[in-house]
Amino acid sequence: MEAINPRGSGVKRKRGSGEQWRAAMFLTPSWLLLLLFFFVPALLTFYLAFTNMSLTGAAAAQTEFIGFKNFTNMFQDATFRTSVFNTILFLLFSAVIGQQVMGFLIAFLMNGRNRTFRSVIGSIVIAGWVAPEVVCAFVWFAFLNDSGTANAMIESIGLKPITWLYTFPMVSVIFANIWHGTAFSMLVFQAALGDVPREVEEAAMIDGASAWQRLIRITIPMIIGSVVTNMVLVTLQTLGSFTLIYALTGGGPGNATETLPIYMYHQAFVNYQLGYGTAISLMLLLIGIIASLLYMKLLKVKL
Amino acid sequence: MSSNVRKRPKFNRYMLARVLPYIILSIIGLLFLLPLLWLLLASFDGSATLALRMPADLTAANYASTLSSADNQRAFMNGLILALGQALLVVVVAGLASYPLSRYQLRYKRPFMYIILFATGLPITAVMVPVYQFFLYLKIQDSLLFTTLFLAASALPYSIWMMKNFMDSVPLELEEAAWVDGASIWTTMRLVVTPLMLPGIFTVGIFAFAGSWGNFLVPFILLQSPSKLPAAVAIYQYFGQNGIVQYGKLASFSIIYTMPAVALYIIGQRFMSQGFSFGGASKG
Repeated sequence: MEAINPRGSGVKRKRGSGEQWRAAMFLTPSWLLLLLFFFVPALLTFYLAFTNMSLTGAAAAQTEFIGFKNFTNMFQDATFRTSVFNTILFLLFSAVIGQQVMGFLIAFLMNGRNRTFRSVIGSIVIAGWVAPEVVCAFVWFAFLNDSGTANAMIESIGLKPITWLYTFPMVSVIFANIWHGTAFSMLVFQAALGDVPREVEEAAMIDGASAWQRLIRITIPMIIGSVVTNMVLVTLQTLGSFTLIYALTGGGPGNATETLPIYMYHQAFVNYQLGYGTAISLMLLLIGIIASLLYMKLLKVKL
Repeated sequence: MSSNVRKRPKFNRYMLARVLPYIILSIIGLLFLLPLLWLLLASFDGSATLALRMPADLTAANYASTLSSADNQRAFMNGLILALGQALLVVVVAGLASYPLSRYQLRYKRPFMYIILFATGLPITAVMVPVYQFFLYLKIQDSLLFTTLFLAASALPYSIWMMKNFMDSVPLELEEAAWVDGASIWTTMRLVVTPLMLPGIFTVGIFAFAGSWGNFLVPFILLQSPSKLPAAVAIYQYFGQNGIVQYGKLASFSIIYTMPAVALYIIGQRFMSQGFSFGGASKG
């Protein structure tokens, strides 16, 4: 920042009030877009969540302010409770544990291996990340189908095929999301491991530390900052995850994979209860706000 | 090799420690590859099934029929309009915003950047219901233009953040030299800053393009007319249709749809080598 600050640079330039005006001019388009299409809707959430807005029925004609009714209904709503539970399961196993452990494992094992080998494995993992979510859903629909590749493999070793999407729907969407999201954590951990000085590990090796001890006592503590930041980031990404689950199972069977975003969608756009749907959005938004504040604190940004 | 092992028993363990990572990584790589490999092989299979196999009927007919369908062409075109329009808008708007944020001393810079960073984290999914109501209220739903504007706004927080960091790394001396030579702010922006910012502009543009090209939820909620739906929603509708599903065609559609994202990633990689180190993010 110090090098960039034009103040005090030896050159004379047109500035002062002109600079303030120019800054305002340059910032106006972004402010307008953000305000109109991002902050206004976000603030609208706080209002609409307290209304009975609906696209059908009596409430459609007149939207009324109904106080906390949406929220008292929500806490008595068994499907809401299920979707909170499912969201936690999905977050925990697909992102916080699944993607992070898998991403770390790949990045750690790749560290110092053959260059070509690394780039082949890296490219495969990244392909699943770059592919749009709808494509990921389709690919996993095929992979886990009754007559899909997973069952072909299971049958080839003499076991009975599994109806993945019906018997283990949550496990299925978790697998699919690990497959889709691991690359991000892998790239983060690759960058972090690349910054760990080799000498530290070598010194520990000479002192007789085992590979496991080096991992637990040296490598992980040295990259813990990246681990925590990454955890918040993948949590935020997974919290809003809609497409993969929606296209793969639609929240079903029953409501076995109904997470908060899916339930929000069903209430707002299938049952046309926009007010109630917004109240569910507000829950998502509040969790997002908390995680986002945490993320800012972790980054320790100096502006 | 075996004689070596007999002579030095320790060598065995050393070998295992060296080879084990390769074995584990190969297994992981294979598991990651299988679902995609099916997609690739099925797209060239005239009678594709859901299981991985060599094409029984090797053909490019799936691609030919996917590309020649007018509906598909329109879906790809709509996706392109949304993604390209949004990416261009984001690059220009975020580029403009990043200049004063990086170069000037502004009283509101700190709160502005905090708000931007904060917004980066918010899940877009959480605002989609109110956004839909807002669009309904203003009667701007089912419009490619307004959907593009919304996509641009949702990509702005991280785009401004990235763009400002890029701008910070562009040395000021060259601009100062241009001012000394009497160039106006606009000339300096156009002829000095923009060329130096190209890596940043490409990175932000690629990120934005890939984000909206792959986005399903936003067009799914904000657009209704079949003629306006982009590829992301079109593919979901094919896939959701009951009855006879032609997996080969769907696979070829998926591959074509995925290609721009892959190509952009490969191009973008040259610019974003440091993008994943959080050390860079706190610079500013």
